[in-house]
Amino acid sequence: MSAPIDTTEKFAAYAHPSKLVSTEWLAEHRTDAGLVVVESDEDVLLYEVGHIPGSVKIDWHTDLNDKVNRDYIEGAAFAALMCSKGIARDSTVVIYGDKSNWWAAYALWVFTLFGHDDVRLLDGGRTKWLAEERELTTDVSPVTPTDYPETPRNDAPIRAFKSDVLAHFGNPLIDVRSDEEYSGARTTMPAYPEEGALRGGHIPTAASVPWARAAATDSTFKTRTELDDIYRGEAGLADGDNVIAYCRIGERSSHTWFVLTHLLGFDNVRNYDGSWTEWGNAVAVPIAVGTAPGAAPVPRR
Amino acid sequence: MSVLPSQLAEIQEDFLALEQKDRLLLLLEFANDLPELPQEYQDHPDLLERVVECQSPVFIFVNLDAEGAFHLHATAPRESPTTRGFASILAQGLDGLSAQQVFAVPDDYPQSIGLSEAVSPLRLRGMSAMLGRAKRQLRERLA
Repeated sequence: MSAPIDTTEKFAAYAHPSKLVSTEWLAEHRTDAGLVVVESDEDVLLYEVGHIPGSVKIDWHTDLNDKVNRDYIEGAAFAALMCSKGIARDSTVVIYGDKSNWWAAYALWVFTLFGHDDVRLLDGGRTKWLAEERELTTDVSPVTPTDYPETPRNDAPIRAFKSDVLAHFGNPLIDVRSDEEYSGARTTMPAYPEEGALRGGHIPTAASVPWARAAATDSTFKTRTELDDIYRGEAGLADGDNVIAYCRIGERSSHTWFVLTHLLGFDNVRNYDGSWTEWGNAVAVPIAVGTAPGAAPVPRR
Repeated sequence: MSVLPSQLAEIQEDFLALEQKDRLLLLLEFANDLPELPQEYQDHPDLLERVVECQSPVFIFVNLDAEGAFHLHATAPRESPTTRGFASILAQGLDGLSAQQVFAVPDDYPQSIGLSEAVSPLRLRGMSAMLGRAKRQLRERLA
């Protein structure tokens, strides 16, 4: 059972208006049957500080990542997680978070790996909800467990691996990291922990479009026109393009993946979650340094 | 083997005695207990050093008082409770120690209080960075 679509005018211009809800809409619908609100933040304690009443917490580090392998959880673990959060296969899931929904978009992308159909973002995320002084609570509502079916993770449509990137040259790549990371001046984003990439720079031919350019100052997504100017205009993407986006560990590029796929309607976009922490450490892969995208490498035999 | 100063040992015992979920709530208590900066530092933001390894803007300053007792002051935004919690653990755990005791605190103390699973090892790096910077600042004060 799906919750109604938010008919906010701004959303109508996006390719998939059903993927966003406004704070007004959520305030009205958050207690609807079949709707589950999920908070997913960079800061693991923010939910405990206060969250939208009735919402559940899903943390990228502790819930969605496999504990041993550098990979996402498998179908059985995802089903168990959904069950424990009261999410059914046909639930409408609305995800919100801190930092312009950066980690919320990541969670949404992982939900998509498991084919969860109706998953949406709260436009403006936690920041906008707080700015409007809407209701928060520290109470954790009791969850009625569901029997979410075990569904295999389907990586291919939206997830790229290193081998996919190596075979991708000639098609558009979007590097969503900061300018300093793109040029190779640093391997981690300004003011963030060093995560140990041996080499700096970017994947040759990648266009630089830092992820946060898609967000307005109030943490909402920019309008369709503004986004088209950035991604079709400046970055030169065209309908039908086969696009791979990457960042450092795949979180910022999930945000861009959401923008390209659901707001601008590109239907062949993958997120390379290995990103720079894999590419910058890999042996014998091509790297470009400086502010220019650089030329595609000659294919290796 | 060095002996952990009693305040730090108590904090460690308190965390380890709890279930994973409750460890997060204890960390939140620490976050809420982070003292305000003393007025002299509020008026002198230039004295504070940013811990760039942390994901949130956190600034620390250490000093030794007239009796040679160590104090760590920190400030971080309310919307960054994890970082505030880390700073608060160190501010409380190191407060009043001698310089020698501070230097003797194991660099892996943040990994020893049972938060790796609840918080994630990556996030815990921010606390290690804070401890490292506190020790370095102290060395500079003594130089």
